[in-house]
Amino acid sequence: MLGFWIYLMSDCLIFAALFATYGVLGTSYAGGPSPAEVFKLPTVAINTSMLLFSSITYGFAMLAMAKGNKAATLIWLAITGLFGAAFVGLELREFAELIRDGAGPQRSAFLSSFFALVGTHGLHVSVGIIWLITLMVQVGQKGLIQANRRRLMCLSLFWHFLDVIWIGVFSFVYLIGVLR
Amino acid sequence: MSAASPVDHPSHHAAPDGHDVHSGEELHGSLKDYVIGFVLSVILTAIPFWLVMAHVFKSPTATAFIVMGFAGVQIVVHMIYFLHMTPKAEGGWNMLALIFTLVLVTIALSGSMWVMYHLNANMMPTSSTMAGDMGGDMGGMKMAPPASARDPRNMP
Repeated sequence: MLGFWIYLMSDCLIFAALFATYGVLGTSYAGGPSPAEVFKLPTVAINTSMLLFSSITYGFAMLAMAKGNKAATLIWLAITGLFGAAFVGLELREFAELIRDGAGPQRSAFLSSFFALVGTHGLHVSVGIIWLITLMVQVGQKGLIQANRRRLMCLSLFWHFLDVIWIGVFSFVYLIGVLR
Repeated sequence: MSAASPVDHPSHHAAPDGHDVHSGEELHGSLKDYVIGFVLSVILTAIPFWLVMAHVFKSPTATAFIVMGFAGVQIVVHMIYFLHMTPKAEGGWNMLALIFTLVLVTIALSGSMWVMYHLNANMMPTSSTMAGDMGGDMGGMKMAPPASARDPRNMP
């Protein structure tokens, strides 16, 4: 687990660089739209709750795993994956609307850094969902063997870590962006 | 993987709630932990959203600081209740790696914003950099007086 934790810490540095980029460029609109004009907070609130729900349902999956209950583990993992998919879906819809309205990443430095930061997070969640499906297949075939337990714990760290990053995104990018 | 995975010991399956037995590692908390973490997270998420969406405070700066404060607290809550960070996890190495990362993140974030803010403030475009797209009007009052002073368009 320590090795995976160190990977997460290095991932954390990637996000630190992206946050710093957004912090520096986030006010350079190049005559384009400002955050208050393009961000829809109700959508962000729903998105945030999707990720939060997926965090606790993953926790339930881990509890079921600790009890050795394979069926419950798989069900909670599936629910977690659905919440994650809802999150990615809402985010893709937001991106599509922005690009349609001429607020794509090429519009201004603010939007470039916004798409880079939020897109990287969304990419992480998408990869997490693929990983989750893979593990569901493995647990389904081999059961809750020790190797699968270890994999599920690594994904647990990854999943909760992405929720932690999202706290920074919705606070620093969306909420404070709208205030400007 | 380290030897620190006695969770999978067969005897563990007999434990009714999988927690009061010494499960060796900490990586799955109890139901109580997850529920406490979830409730705290909902509260710590809802308040900043409400503060911003309902315009509770007049000052955007004050609201921004409060929002960041809530974010900081919520990150700690997630670390404790979801990621199960304890000073003893993996013999303290998890915490050490985390502290080291936090130092780097702090330097990267505050350093970038600090340096780039001053660069922005102190390196306003000069006539030479503006010349390309705006014909040298308006820029370079301090940096290049000879060139801009001769430019008739620069006269007030």
